[in-house]
Amino acid sequence: MSVLERPASGDASGRGAAFTSPEAGEALTIVEPLIFDASRPGRRAVRYPLPSDAARAAASDQPAIPEAAARVTAPRLPEVAELDLLRHFNRLSHLNHAIELGFYPLGSCTMKYNPKVNEWAARLPGLADSHPLDPDALAQGSLELEWLLAELLKEISGFAAISLQPAAGAHGELTGLLMARAYHRSRGEGEQRTKVLVPDSSHGTNPATATMVGYTAVTIPSNARGGIDLEALRAALGPDTAALMITNPSTLGIFEDQIDQVIAAVQGAGAIAYMDGANLNAILGRFRPGEAGFDVMHFNLHKTFSTPHGGGGPGAGPVGVSERLAPFLPTPLPLLVAGDPDEVRRNAWAGRATPGARFALEEADARPTSIGKVRAFTGNFGMFVRAYTYIRSNGGDGLREVSNDAVLAANYLRVRLADAFDLPYDRICKHEVVFSGRRQKRQHGISTLDIAKAILDHRIHPPTIYFPLIVEEALMIEPTETESLETLDAFVEIMHGIAQQASEDPDALRRAPLTTPVGRLDEAAAARRPDLRHAFD
Amino acid sequence: MSYSPHTAADRERMLAAIGVGSVDDLFADIPAAVRATRFELPAPLVEQEVRAELARLAGQNRIPQVSFLGAGVYRHLVPSVVSEVIGRAEFSTSYTPYQPEVSQGTLQSIYEFQSLICELTGMEVATASHYDGATATAEAALMACRLTRRHRVAISTAVNPQMRRVLATYCAGPGIEIVEVAADLAEGGTGLTSAATAAGALSDECACLIVQQPNLFGGIEPMAELADAAHAAGALMVAVVEPTSLALLAAPGSYGADIVAAEGQPLGIPASYGGPYVGLMAARMESVRQMPGRLVGATRDGQGRKGYVLTLQAREQHIRREKAASNICTNQALCALAAATFLSAVGPEGLRELADLSSVQARHVASAIEAAGLGERRFSAPYFAEVAIRIPDASRRHAAMAERGIVAGYPLERDYPELADTLLLAATELTTDADIEALVEGLESTR
Repeated sequence: MSVLERPASGDASGRGAAFTSPEAGEALTIVEPLIFDASRPGRRAVRYPLPSDAARAAASDQPAIPEAAARVTAPRLPEVAELDLLRHFNRLSHLNHAIELGFYPLGSCTMKYNPKVNEWAARLPGLADSHPLDPDALAQGSLELEWLLAELLKEISGFAAISLQPAAGAHGELTGLLMARAYHRSRGEGEQRTKVLVPDSSHGTNPATATMVGYTAVTIPSNARGGIDLEALRAALGPDTAALMITNPSTLGIFEDQIDQVIAAVQGAGAIAYMDGANLNAILGRFRPGEAGFDVMHFNLHKTFSTPHGGGGPGAGPVGVSERLAPFLPTPLPLLVAGDPDEVRRNAWAGRATPGARFALEEADARPTSIGKVRAFTGNFGMFVRAYTYIRSNGGDGLREVSNDAVLAANYLRVRLADAFDLPYDRICKHEVVFSGRRQKRQHGISTLDIAKAILDHRIHPPTIYFPLIVEEALMIEPTETESLETLDAFVEIMHGIAQQASEDPDALRRAPLTTPVGRLDEAAAARRPDLRHAFD
Repeated sequence: MSYSPHTAADRERMLAAIGVGSVDDLFADIPAAVRATRFELPAPLVEQEVRAELARLAGQNRIPQVSFLGAGVYRHLVPSVVSEVIGRAEFSTSYTPYQPEVSQGTLQSIYEFQSLICELTGMEVATASHYDGATATAEAALMACRLTRRHRVAISTAVNPQMRRVLATYCAGPGIEIVEVAADLAEGGTGLTSAATAAGALSDECACLIVQQPNLFGGIEPMAELADAAHAAGALMVAVVEPTSLALLAAPGSYGADIVAAEGQPLGIPASYGGPYVGLMAARMESVRQMPGRLVGATRDGQGRKGYVLTLQAREQHIRREKAASNICTNQALCALAAATFLSAVGPEGLRELADLSSVQARHVASAIEAAGLGERRFSAPYFAEVAIRIPDASRRHAAMAERGIVAGYPLERDYPELADTLLLAATELTTDADIEALVEGLESTR
């Protein structure tokens, strides 16, 4: 047995505990078996009470589950004791990189610190135990929180109205395009407007969303400076255009400095201007998309307002809209039905309830123009609690500082790394900067993938790679505002070291990573012979 | 203030390195005509202040002492061990496992989640999760359309209306027509979807038949017969299930379901006013390439060590863009982790105990109300853990009892005008005999 394959002694199953003599300097890699391997008949972590005799007796005069509908074979769920269960998941957790373990400059994802007080708030029993169908009279706190968060998002974005319902950014895109379509239909242009324009630097979700809504995606090229090619956009716009979806700042981390002309051109053609708000964290207090003229935008609460990413969700993707799209928002909206909105806001900002104020959920059929529901109930409420807490903690000044420092850090890295890696769009960036590994690729045969894997050996999560698609060998770095200058400087050192290694010892980079729980995994084999679940036998 | 660590000196150093005089210079590319003219937000709060504000809002909610509210979201015990695991920063502050070498914890836990959902549903493949049960159901319908190349979906009217509304929204996009299969809601009816009605509604243009088990009213549907009816029309059978019921009710794989969708909230996730929850989806292996959402698969590294990766990504938006199976990007990984931890904690015996106690207490509720002459079951069919009961003057009594901290279920009239004076009452393992006494007492005193 090789050293690296040796399981930890006493893993959850007790397997692999055979005695082997440790060697000095040996790096023991934990191989954690599946939870199923730890299962032993009769073990339990949770027990429930049995029904009382009175309950059994009362239930017996009601119809029982018919035999034909009953389960025959019990599901083979694991049978484990609580400690073994905890050890299993704790050991698995040790195999993860995470924000609280180290730097995570994953571009486009905004992996910044997720404040702990937000978690405290989301777990308050008064909020966590609120049932979405509780009568409004019992859910005034949940409704007020949703209403207040929507008010804050309106002020932040400059939009006229908000729906919190979409569960993620891509879900917000779907909601936005459905509203765009409903708008065109309401004007008798539903049939003619069939195309959604997306820049070639866009997120993959944009064209995928267009397809889901029944639209055709049309790609618009970028110009030499990394912005959308305005002439190509104007040429593509026409009576068949339903919407433009544009990320701003773009996925290159660049603010579209002709954005006013872009919006004017789109609206001049009768189309809807959609802003992908994934990068709103870069421009808080500087640019309000609704005020600038956009019709609709989704927020990524998990990015801009720092709710934890959870290994890939849950997120939340509320949408903001202009007056002309407001009638089409998903239903139901949280409404203030009694009380003066200014007074309620003023009081809440001062930490006070407003006597006599009353909130209610909009009735299901109150707004016939609505596109309907995109998700059950009103959305990922637990994320709203965290985002509300974050916005209130920061306040307006803090949110400005968020963007200032995020942009400052990204530009600092842009300048400090410019000698080591190519910078295809060498201009002031916003919250992220996109380098190219093409020099390393051409001169030393080192791909961006190799560079990313080498970064792993330094306890840092690599940047986003190979995106946006318009940058060859892209390395997309988003440092965020919560990383100290020492962390940024250490990263610069490491990146310079890797660039040097690419020229001096490229083979070492091709072998990376060496210190992670597993090495490079065979993804082709995984797709060729899919093994997607435990085989019990 | 923000959570930024930078001192004034740090900022100066960075500005100097960049070669600009002030941070404002970094925003000079925003056209003057569209710069923000206002940003009037409340003042920052320190932790004790922000805690007070959130405690104020939590205090504005009145969590009922006794509640029989379900209708798709159920109050179950969230075992302490589940909260502990999902609270770990290594899980909660990581992201989509794009770099598998440093994401094996998330990836293996998703692989275990997929395995658990397959085992629970009797299906061959399960996704890494969806936003919620309603969107999973809608995505299942779209998947059925892709698989059959048909453009119509049939759905029982006894499927949760939240799910049916979301389905309608999703189908409006690609122009998929929805055919309603009327459940038997007549006086003295079963409250179920009959195979004969389904067969009548299905045509060779229908991609699938969607039926919920147990249905909105708690009723136990004849799933095997319904699956036969769907298949006879060349349509797929989409079973929408409640996961804890699968301890007692047949696994969808055993009655011919082609796609399974579910709301996973009962598996260790708090009600939290509607989310975040987790949508479950499972199917047959032959249709895996039309499944939406992330999938994790096992593979090996260069040294032969086992590891896990995101796989079959050629279905997904970041590769396929406009040709993707769905636009879904993030899922609900942390909620899926809660569900995996929950299912591992309770095991087969615990899940059976939970389901049995819930089902007994639901029948106890109906029996107690009927014995007291306060109401009667609206439908005749056997039910799992939720029951529709007709109670005279239900709306008024429901509201009056809510004021006293007792939520007497869900008034079905909100979604079904023909079900006036009918309350949908749910029980779980947390429903005590004392709760049921309080319910009966409340109904008596509001008579």
